[in-house]
Amino acid sequence: MMKKAVINLEELACPTCMQKIEAATASVKGVDKPSIKVMFNASKLKVNFNEEEVTIEDIEKAIEDIGYPVIKSKVVTI
Amino acid sequence: MQKYILAHKKELTIINGSLLLLALLDHFFLTQGKIVPFALILSGIAGVLPIAIQAFQSLKVKIVSIDVLVTIAVFGAFFVQSYEEAAVVTFLFLAGHFLEQATLSKTRKAIKSLTEMAPEVSLKKNQAGQFEEVPIDEVHEGDILLVKTGGKVPVDGKVLTGSGYVNEASITGESKTANKQIGSAVYAGTILENGTFQLQAKRVGEDSAFGKIIELVEEAQDSKSSAERFIDKFSKYYTPAVLLLAIIVGLITKDIELAVTVLVLGCPGALVIGIPVSNVAGIGNGAKHGILLKGSETIQDFSKVDTMVFDKTGTLTVGAPRVNKVISNPEINENKAISTLVSIEAESDHPLAQAVVKTYPDTLKYPVNQTQVIKGGGITATVKGNKVILGNLQLIKTNGIKLRPEEMSQSKELEAEGNSLIFMAINNQLALILGIKDQLRPNVKTELASLKKLGVKNLVLLSGDNQGTVDQIAQQLSLTEAKGNMLPEDKAMYIKKLQEEGQNVTFVGDGVNDSPSLATANTGIAMGNGTDVAIETSDIVLLNSDFSRLAPTLRLVKSTSHNMLQNIVIAVGVVLFLLSSLLFSNWINMGIGMFVHEASIIVVILNALRLLNHRLRR
Repeated sequence: MMKKAVINLEELACPTCMQKIEAATASVKGVDKPSIKVMFNASKLKVNFNEEEVTIEDIEKAIEDIGYPVIKSKVVTI
Repeated sequence: MQKYILAHKKELTIINGSLLLLALLDHFFLTQGKIVPFALILSGIAGVLPIAIQAFQSLKVKIVSIDVLVTIAVFGAFFVQSYEEAAVVTFLFLAGHFLEQATLSKTRKAIKSLTEMAPEVSLKKNQAGQFEEVPIDEVHEGDILLVKTGGKVPVDGKVLTGSGYVNEASITGESKTANKQIGSAVYAGTILENGTFQLQAKRVGEDSAFGKIIELVEEAQDSKSSAERFIDKFSKYYTPAVLLLAIIVGLITKDIELAVTVLVLGCPGALVIGIPVSNVAGIGNGAKHGILLKGSETIQDFSKVDTMVFDKTGTLTVGAPRVNKVISNPEINENKAISTLVSIEAESDHPLAQAVVKTYPDTLKYPVNQTQVIKGGGITATVKGNKVILGNLQLIKTNGIKLRPEEMSQSKELEAEGNSLIFMAINNQLALILGIKDQLRPNVKTELASLKKLGVKNLVLLSGDNQGTVDQIAQQLSLTEAKGNMLPEDKAMYIKKLQEEGQNVTFVGDGVNDSPSLATANTGIAMGNGTDVAIETSDIVLLNSDFSRLAPTLRLVKSTSHNMLQNIVIAVGVVLFLLSSLLFSNWINMGIGMFVHEASIIVVILNALRLLNHRLRR
């Protein structure tokens, strides 16, 4: 089952953070890579993922591991 | 450990800076340099720690970020024992980052203040029949909710009991209060200024009109034009290229200091954020004034508009016909005649009758008897014992009522001006002739003139109405062209034809039946309110159907587009300037390079902030 997540991050300020977050999210298995969208001004990440392969916690962890704290996530079924 | 260090970045920056200051003081005033090297080394270490961790983290995901360049440069500086450079570069990089963060949140302020208007809690009726406060996520369609004075309407819904005055600024962009009674539709994000009511939830959260506006603006502020996507791609390869260049320079010249200087000078500081900061500030300012711009591409397209195509009804005109002209018989009291007229028309739901009733809302009404509707003609009735015939010219004539020659010519004139006519006779004597017409919006003419002044070459009117009416408006407003009898598909075809001639076309419509044109045009502008479908089919929405926001919108997108261009020039110029200074002069070093970079980032952000102060009203 594919899920769509909207992840609120702490305010993004650095220019290269978008690239980093995108790469970190893409490295998680089960994530739909073309759907990844890092929103610089809104400080949000939108991504679709397959819940049989990966959990939202795994994705959150990948982002926090590169130094960007997650504030909250919202997951809906698509 | 890594997290701990990153969490204390601010403290480390302060340590880094104060040690640097201590070294400077020491150098000039205190021990003349005995503790300078130690202070600088410590300062450099404190500064490089968080940067190196960020660099490590980005290398883990195979990204060569600015942090990587700076970290290598600082290590290089340590290696050649240039501690001063190490301390200065790290301090500027870290302090610059905090300054950027602070100024960036200013550019985002306008949109944030909008999203913060979204309701978060609601008073929901539970199974025991009591109202309790719940988070908005727990409200579903059909729930019964309570709103008290000063409270926010939590969802789109219908009033079940109670009443009140609601400020709908969040939906319409206009700070006006609307009176809500039982059965009235109310919208999420609006504020109940006075009263209390219970409502039934219809659309919740992101499905509500306000939720859609927020979603749209949030997407818009981060949408990217093709130019921007190019820059993104470019910067992905740019940083590794700088690293490679530095290595080559190092290998050829065997000068490590020069190599690390290249690293710092090559940082792509302002390039990546130059466009997004202008974008968010421009879109934010628009949103604050009821102008919803759907993104960067829209800003580019609309700023280059050649031809603007307008719909007539509801766009150039108010969309609500009113009595335009009254010709009364001098032998009959006009006030009494109008009271008679309104009394009869109030019983009819014919559009012309409605126009009459809406024109005279406060008129004294008489009792009406023996009403008889004559199909395709009008109404006959008895009012205060007088026999009244009310309808078109045909009806009057068939009842044997004669028009005087001047009445005949006046009514012909009114018809030629695009009025629909109503005649009323009392006791077989003609009492009133009314010309009813859809009025032009106030200030349409000056607004169109401002658009021309802003560089719009052609103003075109396409309408389903007859050519006579259309020509008359075209003449009145000095339009370039006007075409009548056009179906929605014809309008879209016509726009396509203009585009094939190489014109950048903007279509302005009320958004209800003009979706083909809104979609075909380079930019589709809907004069709607936040509650209808236009929000999805168009590129720009003018909330509250405010025609007088059209020229300010064009001015705003032009400024925003210029602002983006300025920022790119600043960013590229700075890198070129620094690299050429390195090649052709000898005053440049790492410290100055980093300073110029950080300064250029602050400059592009401050430049974007000017857009927030861009005045949208004259």
